[in-house]
Amino acid sequence: MRREVPLAITFFVGTLLIISVFLPPAEGLGEDFTVFFDIIAVFAFFLGGGNLVRVHLTKLSRRKEDWPYSIVTLLGFALMLVVGLFKLGNPGGIAASPTTDGSYFQSIFDSVLLPLGATMYSLLAFFVASASYRAFRAKNREATILLVAAFIILLGRTPFGMALTGFIPEQFDLFQVPNLAVWIMNFPNLAGQRAIMIGIGLGVVSMSLRLILGIERTYLGGDER
Amino acid sequence: MTWAPLVSMSNLGVVISLAVIGGGLLWLLYRSLLAKEVDRRVIFLFILVSVAAPLLFPMTFEEQATPVVKAIFDKIESLPEGSRVLISFDFDPAMAPEVQPMANVVTQHCMVKGHKVIFMCLFATGQALLTQSLELIVSEQFPDKVDGIDYVNIGYKAGNEGVLNVIVSDFKKMFPTDVNSVPYDSIGVFKGIRSCKDLDMVFTIGGGKPGVKEWVLFVGDPGRVPVAGGVAAVVAPQMYPYYPKQLFGIMGGIKGAAEYESELRKTYPQFHDVDAPGLRMMGPQTLAHMVIMAFIVLGNVSFIVQKRRDRRRKR
Amino acid sequence: MKRSSVIILSVVVLLFLASWLWKASTLSSDPGIVNAWGQAFGITLAAFLTLAILSFLYRDNPFYKFAEHLFVGVSAAFWMVMGFWSTIVGNLVPRLSEGLSSFFKVPFDRFAVNYFYFIPVILGILLLLRLSRDAGWIARWPLAFIVGTTAGLNFIRYLRSDFIEQVSSTFVPLLVGWQGFGHFLDNLDLSATGQLALTVGNWVISLGVFCGLVYFFFSKAHTGVFGAASRVGIWVLMITFGASFGYTVMGRISLLVGRITFLFKDWLGLIS
Repeated sequence: MRREVPLAITFFVGTLLIISVFLPPAEGLGEDFTVFFDIIAVFAFFLGGGNLVRVHLTKLSRRKEDWPYSIVTLLGFALMLVVGLFKLGNPGGIAASPTTDGSYFQSIFDSVLLPLGATMYSLLAFFVASASYRAFRAKNREATILLVAAFIILLGRTPFGMALTGFIPEQFDLFQVPNLAVWIMNFPNLAGQRAIMIGIGLGVVSMSLRLILGIERTYLGGDER
Repeated sequence: MTWAPLVSMSNLGVVISLAVIGGGLLWLLYRSLLAKEVDRRVIFLFILVSVAAPLLFPMTFEEQATPVVKAIFDKIESLPEGSRVLISFDFDPAMAPEVQPMANVVTQHCMVKGHKVIFMCLFATGQALLTQSLELIVSEQFPDKVDGIDYVNIGYKAGNEGVLNVIVSDFKKMFPTDVNSVPYDSIGVFKGIRSCKDLDMVFTIGGGKPGVKEWVLFVGDPGRVPVAGGVAAVVAPQMYPYYPKQLFGIMGGIKGAAEYESELRKTYPQFHDVDAPGLRMMGPQTLAHMVIMAFIVLGNVSFIVQKRRDRRRKR
Repeated sequence: MKRSSVIILSVVVLLFLASWLWKASTLSSDPGIVNAWGQAFGITLAAFLTLAILSFLYRDNPFYKFAEHLFVGVSAAFWMVMGFWSTIVGNLVPRLSEGLSSFFKVPFDRFAVNYFYFIPVILGILLLLRLSRDAGWIARWPLAFIVGTTAGLNFIRYLRSDFIEQVSSTFVPLLVGWQGFGHFLDNLDLSATGQLALTVGNWVISLGVFCGLVYFFFSKAHTGVFGAASRVGIWVLMITFGASFGYTVMGRISLLVGRITFLFKDWLGLIS
């Protein structure tokens, strides 16, 4: 039961969704199943939130390393949850969107979530720069090709590329750096990306078939007690 | 194809900041020739100065739209007034500085052309960012536009590509109301629209999953709907295999936004006085690119010098 | 808590209060701003959280940890709230209950009622049992539903868009705009949109895709002609990765520019 029922569910749902592409009468049922999937996805969000609370409460109760910060996490979680679920301060009331301009939910998003999320990723700019100086070495032919391509793209995406090579006449303007950058994107980059895409596409198709037919079962996890 | 040159760089502050950065790079060259270690926090400082200085002392450049961006502009321009355009905000705060200018400028273009716009999101955080864009662009710049008649915000639904699988054949099943619980059948924008197949165009902005790729796979190809994408620069090279058959245009990174803003200003002079974040950000972008290219060169100089030293020691 | 930590924390709190006061006074002078104190608090908070994250560049520190933990908690709750209001209230409630629809003020359509929609509710509750040590195994059922849906959706779409369409798009003319040898020689130049550039480009696409795929075929040893094709494939892939690196740099710098713009413009008012 613990493994057979899930395998049967996967097979049934997967097969139905494939058939719904080819058989119009099954299309509506396929759409309904997709809406079911969307609703279950929300329960997955609840599961994530619940797990977060459990982990941090455990950390707090056992006084593990950095336990005071768990209070921060739990307080932030609770505040956002209450403010959002009850639509506190929402000018439009219960019927309005939770992200209505002026609502406390939107205000917390604007002053906490947005700056934190954006700044976390902006740190990568510094690490990319550090990697450019310390790690990006033309050690062999392949690395040199990569470096040269990167250089042309970096230069071509700025006005200095044109400033440097703008003197090249129109009959040879392929060698103007911005045009060279566009050519690289439209041809060699496209070729490489397409090869990768075809490989991944075949991989996804193969994995999907393995999952539907029950050959791939790792998502079920190990046998539990 | 011709490329316009630098427009204005006559500010003393610009000269000073370039001198400071240039001096710093010369010091870095000196250390590289001696194959000496450089603290990474010095590198961080370089990047901070190269980004901050052009913001304080603006460097502006003229932009020329590349064919992949111009294709989107021409499409929106060529659609008759009242065409139905869907704009999907599929990004989170991490990508917002890069892609939100694209969303804003395309919204401006659609509004000035009089198209009916459907706004939606596949990211929960996209809905909050959509609220910002609607406030900044529609409410402030186009106060005469009416919610429900000229545009509608149907917001976010969970389920990623599951949402797309439904709306490609039935919009109402997935979005029975807009974000303010107004029923689908009462919304004027949706008159005559049963599914994505009835749309004139889809413009999706993103860089993660779900994003432009999912729109192509689940809406563009099955529904034969014209789809264009505004993507984060990290993801832009991966979209080229879809161009131009499956994706008729691509805006890649802040440069894509800058090119579109430039094109919009050329065609509609009334936008000259409106903030153009894409064009504004190209100054720091350009200087930072030059600094990073210098780092790559200097890093390799240091590597070559170290290699020669090691070879001499072995002899 | 160490004495130095107390001093640092006190300084940060004082700076926060000073910034809030200053920003509130600046915003108050703008007649278009309704809630100056509230907005000033929001901007100051956003600025200090931004600086807390950026402080990681010097070294890991309590301010960064505070900001990081706050982000995790707020983010989790955000997604839960959005999921609840958009999908549970928006798509589930109107299909099941008139009473609940009336409570949440969402339109109820008697003809759209569908009691099959209790299935995702049951599966969703089973998913939540993942939190239980003894009953956690039952979460495999909704998980199987999710896996089956994803596999079923992806199977056809990836096959069509990422395989068939891509192979079809690779069949490009290997002589662009061919109107005879004389015409070709007359128009022979190295302009970006010229015949030669486009022809060479199409050869690059055809050979590049083929050789790239050869490289990824690991069931045969990469020797002889096969090995040579594989090598060409690597070179094409290196150009691809170089282009990706160039764009990645651009992308990451844009994010930093965005944050610095916020600090200079919205917080400090140094730029207009």
